Amino acid sequence: MDQILFNIGLLIEYPMVNLKIVIDGVMIGALFALAAYGLALVWGVMNVKNLAQGDFVIAGGYTSWFLVKTGWLQSIGISSNIVALIGVPVAFGVMAAIGWVIYKLIITRVIERDLFTSLLATFGLAIMMAQIMNLLFGSDTQSLKLDYETLYFADGLIDVPIAKLIGVCMAAGLALAVILFMKNSRMGQAIRATSQDSRAARVMGIDTEKVYAFTFSLNAAICGAAGAIIVMVWLIQPFYGITYSVRAFVVVTAAGLGNLPGVIAAGLGIGAAEQYGGHIFGIGYQQAIAVTLLLIVLFFRLLQQRRKRQALN
Amino acid sequence: MKIRDILLSVTAAAALGTSASAMECETITLGAAISLTGKYATNGVHAQNGYEFAITKIAENGGVQIGDKCYNFDVIYYDDESKGDRGATLAERLIQQDGVQYMLGPYSSGLTKAIAPITEKYGIPMVEAEGASRSLFNQGYKYLFAVLSTSEQYLASAITLAAERATAEGRDPSEVTVAIAVENDPFSLDIRAGVMEDAARYGMNVIIDEKLPRDLSDMTAILTKVKLVKPDVLIVSGHSKGAATAVRQIGEQRINVPMVAITHCEAADVTGNFGDFAENFLCSTQWAETLTYEDPIFGTAANYETEFKAAYPEYATKKVPYQTAQASAAVYVYADAFTRAGSLDKDAVRDAIAATDLATFYGQIKFSDAGNNIAKPMVLRQIQGGEYNVVAPSNFASHDLVWPRP
Repeated sequence: MDQILFNIGLLIEYPMVNLKIVIDGVMIGALFALAAYGLALVWGVMNVKNLAQGDFVIAGGYTSWFLVKTGWLQSIGISSNIVALIGVPVAFGVMAAIGWVIYKLIITRVIERDLFTSLLATFGLAIMMAQIMNLLFGSDTQSLKLDYETLYFADGLIDVPIAKLIGVCMAAGLALAVILFMKNSRMGQAIRATSQDSRAARVMGIDTEKVYAFTFSLNAAICGAAGAIIVMVWLIQPFYGITYSVRAFVVVTAAGLGNLPGVIAAGLGIGAAEQYGGHIFGIGYQQAIAVTLLLIVLFFRLLQQRRKRQALN
Repeated sequence: MKIRDILLSVTAAAALGTSASAMECETITLGAAISLTGKYATNGVHAQNGYEFAITKIAENGGVQIGDKCYNFDVIYYDDESKGDRGATLAERLIQQDGVQYMLGPYSSGLTKAIAPITEKYGIPMVEAEGASRSLFNQGYKYLFAVLSTSEQYLASAITLAAERATAEGRDPSEVTVAIAVENDPFSLDIRAGVMEDAARYGMNVIIDEKLPRDLSDMTAILTKVKLVKPDVLIVSGHSKGAATAVRQIGEQRINVPMVAITHCEAADVTGNFGDFAENFLCSTQWAETLTYEDPIFGTAANYETEFKAAYPEYATKKVPYQTAQASAAVYVYADAFTRAGSLDKDAVRDAIAATDLATFYGQIKFSDAGNNIAKPMVLRQIQGGEYNVVAPSNFASHDLVWPRP
């Protein structure tokens, strides 16, 4: 208790720290939002709750890490920093392909089945992916250190590593591109139509099988890009997927399906809330804070729905 | 039963032989459940390589002499997938089905904790090299022996070092302030307990005491606090992810703490991955190749490193991890115990292990009644110019401590 009061005291004594916590939170939240965005797509369009979401993120991270470590691109004169940045679109592409293969091999067989079949299938997929990455890359934690400076503000109290800033900008750019794609492209429209009513979409001539395959592969690609950003600013390990899966589920459940901008807002909010909670209660409680927030949101939503039902009566 | 045991433990050694003398030796079969897949796979393989290297070296040196016969070791390995329940099942299988009478330890305190009750139940001696949690040694186990120092000693010497420096500067050690961030697992909590005990001994004030989550990838919340309250010593322990996160973010956030002490520097390859950011960090280690230990089988610590690298070229460009060295030391303890026991009887061997007082390339090995090694100190190294230099304990120190960190 003393520690908690002491921590709150620090926030009051140094008001700038609040700003720093929000900045850090938004940075980490942007990446949670990306993973959650992909999950919301798959969940909304295909009604598949993908438990391997976090493992796609980690696989994307390893794709970029591998690209940098092999040194192929460095050997033709490209600096490691740039290779790490190139790693983001590469991870996007590679994971899109892997996502497509996984869809054709596994997801297409469970998509029409009940909820538990798809949960079990993706749970199995998560275990397999983690073990395969473990065999391929070893169980050590990995990360890429980019030779970018750190920006300092407010007497060094606020620090913003440029690598992180680039990561957040890329995440924002990617989210924007996906939103525009969903709004304006024919495939985006087909995805939205399928998510509203797949049978009606089929009747209208939309090849829903193709839409499903595309959606799943887009999800894997978004996760892959998020992972490639994560490896630049934090670290990855074959068994870290679950962290991102849990966050993605919390964000999507809190924001509600079909509310894609809401998913991004919830992702940023959870990032900031976790940082605040981490500061006040200790970072051991960060994940607990995310889950507690989810419970609170669900509780209020339930209350709202009950009120609505009473009005209908 | 007897015939089966004899068949298993006294198999012809021709297939094993690496030298002329080895060809004539019989075989003693050891068993080990070890993490070859799963999250501990890297260190599990380090340990397995350490076992195998020691077996080869002992064979090259004429094997183990029991009476007028010589024996070589062979190990039955099973992959425990880094899971405790699997480890326990495999230990049962090794003992019940494979008839193993002597066990080598798995990797990690958690796995050792899972397997020790099984070996204890069957009265099978287990010499382990990778489980450091002190909670293993207050269970009253009679058949468990560990060659390594227990985990509460890992970073406690950093506190002594800080106290010495404070005294040298004319300050009272009780003025030194300490921040602790450790993972919430048995190993790291032991480290915290050791640091807390030593800090209390000097009357130091622990101003930050936090637990890191298992899936740590960001510790800015703690580091921001550290920046505000400016402790003299920062202790971080959270396996390799803790080391990597701490080194990276302390560098990025320019946290100017006079002393930062962490574990798992080599496992996280902090010098290779983070370069300058790792400068002047203190890293605890069970063993270093620069120490002046030696024995007749492996030679000096430096010789062990050289010969091991020759035998396992994949280690050529990196340091031989202490996990490997201590695994080799565990096999050496068996060799010594069998020789002194003069018998293959497991209880005689157990008693011989308990009476071990052996100088090895890994350090002195002598077990307490609880089974932990009480003769070997932990070593603290500081990263100076990208090199790991021993700075504590002072009788092994090859370099002076850089204090405060610039």
